[in-house]
Amino acid sequence: MSGLILEGKTGKWEVICGVEIHCQIISKSKIFSGASTHYGSDPNQNVAFIDAGMPGMLPSLNEECVHQAVKTGLGLNAKINKYSEFSRKNYFYADLPQGYQITQFRYPIVGEGTVTISLPDGSTKDIGIERMHIEQDAGKSIHDMAPDKSFIDLNRAGVGLMEIVTKPDFRAPEEVGAFLRKLRSILRYLETCDGNMDEGSMRCDVNVSVRKLGEEGFRTRCEMKNVNSVKFVMQAIENEARRHVEVYESGGEIVQETRKFDALSGQTKPMRKKEFAHDYRYFPEPDLLPLVLDDEYINRIKSEMVELPDAKMARYVKDLGLTPYDASVICENKEVAAFYEKAAKGHDAKKVANWLMGDFFAMLNEKKLELKDSPISAENLGRLVELVTTNVINGKTAKDVFALMAETGDNPEKIVEEKGLKQVTDTGAIEAVIDEVIAANPDNVAAYRAGKTALMGWFVGQVMKASKGKANPGMVNQLLSKKLV
Amino acid sequence: MTDLTKLTLAEARKGLKNKEFSAVELTKAYIAKMDADRDLNAYVCEVPEKALAQAEKSQEKINNGTAGEMEGLPLGIKDLFCTKDIPTTACSSILKGFVPPYESTVTSKLKEAGAVFLGKLNLDEFAMGGSNETSAFGPVVNPWKKERRLVAGGSSGGSAAAVAADMCAAATGTDTGGSIRQPAAFCGVTGIKPTYGRCSRYGIIAFASSLDQAGPIAKDVRDCAIMLKTMSGYDAKDSTSANCPVPDFEKFLHQDIRGLKIGIPAEYRPEGLNSEIAALWDKGIDMLKARGAEIVSISLPHTKYALATYYIIAPAEASSNLARYDGLRYGNRINGTHLDDMYINSRTAGFGKEVKRRIMIGTYVLSAGYYDAYYLKAQKVRRLIREDFLKAFEKCDVILTPTAPTAAFPIGDKSMQENPITMWLNDIFTVSVNLAGLPAMSLPAGLNKDGLPLGLQLIGRSFDEETLFKAASALEEDINFKGMK
Repeated sequence: MSGLILEGKTGKWEVICGVEIHCQIISKSKIFSGASTHYGSDPNQNVAFIDAGMPGMLPSLNEECVHQAVKTGLGLNAKINKYSEFSRKNYFYADLPQGYQITQFRYPIVGEGTVTISLPDGSTKDIGIERMHIEQDAGKSIHDMAPDKSFIDLNRAGVGLMEIVTKPDFRAPEEVGAFLRKLRSILRYLETCDGNMDEGSMRCDVNVSVRKLGEEGFRTRCEMKNVNSVKFVMQAIENEARRHVEVYESGGEIVQETRKFDALSGQTKPMRKKEFAHDYRYFPEPDLLPLVLDDEYINRIKSEMVELPDAKMARYVKDLGLTPYDASVICENKEVAAFYEKAAKGHDAKKVANWLMGDFFAMLNEKKLELKDSPISAENLGRLVELVTTNVINGKTAKDVFALMAETGDNPEKIVEEKGLKQVTDTGAIEAVIDEVIAANPDNVAAYRAGKTALMGWFVGQVMKASKGKANPGMVNQLLSKKLV
Repeated sequence: MTDLTKLTLAEARKGLKNKEFSAVELTKAYIAKMDADRDLNAYVCEVPEKALAQAEKSQEKINNGTAGEMEGLPLGIKDLFCTKDIPTTACSSILKGFVPPYESTVTSKLKEAGAVFLGKLNLDEFAMGGSNETSAFGPVVNPWKKERRLVAGGSSGGSAAAVAADMCAAATGTDTGGSIRQPAAFCGVTGIKPTYGRCSRYGIIAFASSLDQAGPIAKDVRDCAIMLKTMSGYDAKDSTSANCPVPDFEKFLHQDIRGLKIGIPAEYRPEGLNSEIAALWDKGIDMLKARGAEIVSISLPHTKYALATYYIIAPAEASSNLARYDGLRYGNRINGTHLDDMYINSRTAGFGKEVKRRIMIGTYVLSAGYYDAYYLKAQKVRRLIREDFLKAFEKCDVILTPTAPTAAFPIGDKSMQENPITMWLNDIFTVSVNLAGLPAMSLPAGLNKDGLPLGLQLIGRSFDEETLFKAASALEEDINFKGMK
């Protein structure tokens, strides 16, 4: 797929984009303290002395967060750095109690990697990962509870974050969208971040610049912080890129700055200068030793790795015969893939995939249900497909059985049995029905015999109707052809 | 009955064990002494009721045979150690009213061993100073030649003065650039800064994290051994504390030092070194020689850069460590119309001149554009200084130097007040040790012509305090400082 090209007055412009994503690490306690990371507690309930920046308190690194970071690094096909270092990023803000954030600067725990994204036209693209480091989150400032006061909630202060930085490899908003979905999928497979952008457990900063098509090098970029949905990210990129083109074409220059995305207008506007004119005075964190990992540690985590979406997709295509598109849809969500594998086990995998992506998802959608609350179990979906493949019921009956399964949660065999929906495969019985239909419609029989063979479908329909849908359609076709000659 | 406050820790320990006096009697004697010498301004917070209650409990334990290693021994605690339910201020106005809800690891170890806390001792604000004159509570008066109102040294001025004036049996100190050793020398008492990592820094208000180390100030070498043993040990709450066994330091006293190699660094005898100090140093060398130790000339070529290096690294770390004092969560807040105003108001009023000077220096050396020239360069020089010592210790077992280039000077000394460098020069023999993370001890070595104490310093290999105690014990016996008082 080619990138987004903006048609300007002076020619064609190409969009260049890179992202930085903050992902909250799933861990029981915070990265440098024993306080809980539980989301949704009352304000300031999960705060250790170090999280509040109390005098004399020291950070101690939570190994669980390191484990999660290494796992994520491996999931991004990235180099795990055996030596990494923590640094302090110094700035004053009310929700940063220590007056500095403990982060990694010169020596991050994860180096270069690659994430492959699938695009709507069926092509794929490799997005380069520049680095990933771990750091602590800040607390939350609440400004809208009183006119003259701000409130601080430190529950989030000190929760572990992974900051993933990509190379400027994106050329279209859709690519960024696909990347965010893919990254979220990988993180959820790994269970290292729950990836909920609306809850802020995955937050995206976007860097955008443009250049004339064919131009070498990069022009000045602008950063938009904390854009909190995939849709908004894509919107922000496109609008910001258009702004750049307009500025350049009217003879202006783009200044490097941080801009705020306004979800209501879809536009970006500069943040107050004060908020980004920081000199962070990074220096190595003297309270923590360098983080040194050995091969044994990394290999142990490697051996615990689950099958990731890319590998799963490849397997579905190769072993189960799914199309790459179907495989990617099913693999995006770990739970869906697990449900699918359970349903497809021992049955026609392709057919199960079709049912899953068609009627099954439509049913969940209609009933507004989560997968885990589905009235139809994976096993029952597989058994329904099996009933069709073994000609116990025909495709049309299967739709009715499916609807009853969704209603009652019963297994398909029981429904077929109770409702007497078994397909009629007895030649004599079908012939009897056919004879009735032929006898009742002499005009059409004559027309058919005169060459109006298109009437075949009509005859099949009549026979099916008369058999209350239970006749095997293949046999009906076959027998009708014989009798009508 | 003898004056109980004259007893060393070892003597008091014996007297308590033999029931010659009770823990309550011992504590009462110290409380009386604290009352009598309040004009020294050694204590900034006295807790006589708590102390007596602790002493009563100690006596019970002595009676029922469950006494700890320091049971019933009354100590003074430098007000840099956080003590649960006892105000802790670092002698700064910004921590006015702060009562920690937690206990530092070192003081909790002392408590568990049965020590009685008499109160909190004066120090230079945030341990920044060499004369205890930067304290928000005013300077400590040196008990020697009290009428001349000399400084007690710093930053642990209150600790050294209280021990010298028998206002506690021993005291905790901290040493970032000489803060235990220089006041010990000025007040004629003994103090040891152990190897970096020997004592946990958890709960000690941080000045410069990579240099700060706790240690005892006591009446003699044995008392230092007793107290250091209790204060030391690995602590999971301080990542930089060392996971290595703590020897029984007392076992290394009064041993044969024949063949022990004593290094004498040429660089510590600059031109213009005070002749009395030089003579005292020579005397010390002769004493060790007479005991059969071997005197070795060594070179520490980067010594001349130590002070400059120290005054980059220490303020850099301090500027960041002190960022948390923003008036928001604890201590003194002075409101403003905006968050930034509140920071400025609180910090302007809360910090003293020297602290502000160091915050500014530290902020400057970490700033973009200056980092490489100052901080990074200083870290490189720090490595060279450490290597100097490593090389020197290939030739010798312990190094002997003077502790400070002068004796105690008058409070309010003009040259010191006008030019901070003059004050900083007082650290010239002590800072290298902190930069290298080595253990070093100061012991009283004699009196100058004005009758003021002077100290000698012994420097040991990393985690080889044993050899320090061995050499110090021999030197102490030969010097017989007690006989000079």
